[in-house]
Amino acid sequence: MAYFEMCRLALKWALTKPPTSRYPFQPRKVIPGSRGQLVFTKDNCVYCTVCAKKCPTGALLVNRAEKKWAIDRLRCISCGYCVDLCPKDSLALSTSHGNAATSRTQEFH
Amino acid sequence: MARTVIPFGPQHPVLPEPIHLDLVVEDERVLEARPSIGFIHRGLEKLVEKKDYIEFTYIAERICGICSFIHGQTYCQAIEAIMNIAVPPRALYLRTVWGELSRIHSHLLWLGLMADAVGFESLFMHSWRVREQVLDIIEATTGGRVIFGSCKIGGVRRDIDAAGISDMLRKLETIEQEIRRITKVFINDSSIKSRLCGVGVLSREEAYDLGCVGPTLRGSGVAQDMRQLGYAAFADLQVEPITRTEGDSYSRCAVRCDELLQSIDLIRKAMSKIPAGEIEIKVTGNPSGEVTMRTEQPRGEVVYCVKANGTRNLQRFRVRTPTFANLPAVLKVLQGCELADVPVLVLTIDPCISCTER
Repeated sequence: MAYFEMCRLALKWALTKPPTSRYPFQPRKVIPGSRGQLVFTKDNCVYCTVCAKKCPTGALLVNRAEKKWAIDRLRCISCGYCVDLCPKDSLALSTSHGNAATSRTQEFH
Repeated sequence: MARTVIPFGPQHPVLPEPIHLDLVVEDERVLEARPSIGFIHRGLEKLVEKKDYIEFTYIAERICGICSFIHGQTYCQAIEAIMNIAVPPRALYLRTVWGELSRIHSHLLWLGLMADAVGFESLFMHSWRVREQVLDIIEATTGGRVIFGSCKIGGVRRDIDAAGISDMLRKLETIEQEIRRITKVFINDSSIKSRLCGVGVLSREEAYDLGCVGPTLRGSGVAQDMRQLGYAAFADLQVEPITRTEGDSYSRCAVRCDELLQSIDLIRKAMSKIPAGEIEIKVTGNPSGEVTMRTEQPRGEVVYCVKANGTRNLQRFRVRTPTFANLPAVLKVLQGCELADVPVLVLTIDPCISCTER
């Protein structure tokens, strides 16, 4: 009977729409709450350096004197620890995973 | 014919991760298998000296890419035990639910790999298609697909609201129907049976003596499941270990098929009993003491040993993963097997080499 079970499965999926999508021509379905790229809002930041000190991978660099906030996108693991710690809510995780990077350059704000 | 040594791995189509076996063969029969591991050692245990005990949760979760959540959960449980932290009940239930979702996606991944190893590629695709739906639930509730990142010392980082719970249960109904169809093929199909039945038989005594864990042990008839220890919310949920007595590759596959449905049942039970309230408590101070923590991963029992001396960094951290415990069993079943059965037998314990080498 298992032959027929597999036949039923194959037939059903031969006649229905494929579960895969034609990425990148068709954009990925956004799932709310997904942990994507870290987004920085400059206006609120007081450059307290908590995020840089606590980042598990050392992806963030904050210079209080020069008021510079930098991130190494290839190091960031989107864990959201900095978002939890930020006292001024100037960090957030977007649902977008951003563009792929080929070089380890820092992004300055 | 003279004896020949055939290298198997570290790169082989059937191996998701690198392990090397020197197979001593005579004709088509394997006489002995000599393993060598250490290709992906990352020194994660040593990292406790650099990362503080809170940051280390993220590292513990990355020991494995499949049973990631349960690694993080076990680490948090160990630290909570040292620091005498009473985790809120809602957080314990959420940990249970995510742990079981992790088991479902891990078993579906294994079933797919097994179907691929026996040459049943369409079944492999169907297994992974269902797994994708489970990953969508995980992403919607935790934010990550395989690295959940939702467990923290003192509780969990995210809550699931009532709408999220009903949505999850609705999706699980569809997933259960799909799983029932797929597992029916795994259990009854004659081509799968001919590749798995009677292959790699491990008797109850052998499995016990070799120190097997998880589905490998339960497939040989030993009813041992660490969820019976009652960690997280399992004390309220009553888990009966699923066992089979044949001890061959087919019984290990059947145990995993039944565990999929058991996990769905456990999620339903947990969601019907989930209490309202806080999901985390504030953790202050540093841990001091030593503790051993055991939990049930999809592949079997994992043992964490944590030693802390009252500073921000742990003094010693040690993990015994299920694959490490099951490797002697693989070497045992490889003795005297057909060369063509080697991929199936290696896969039968669900090897996770990055876990083993950490």
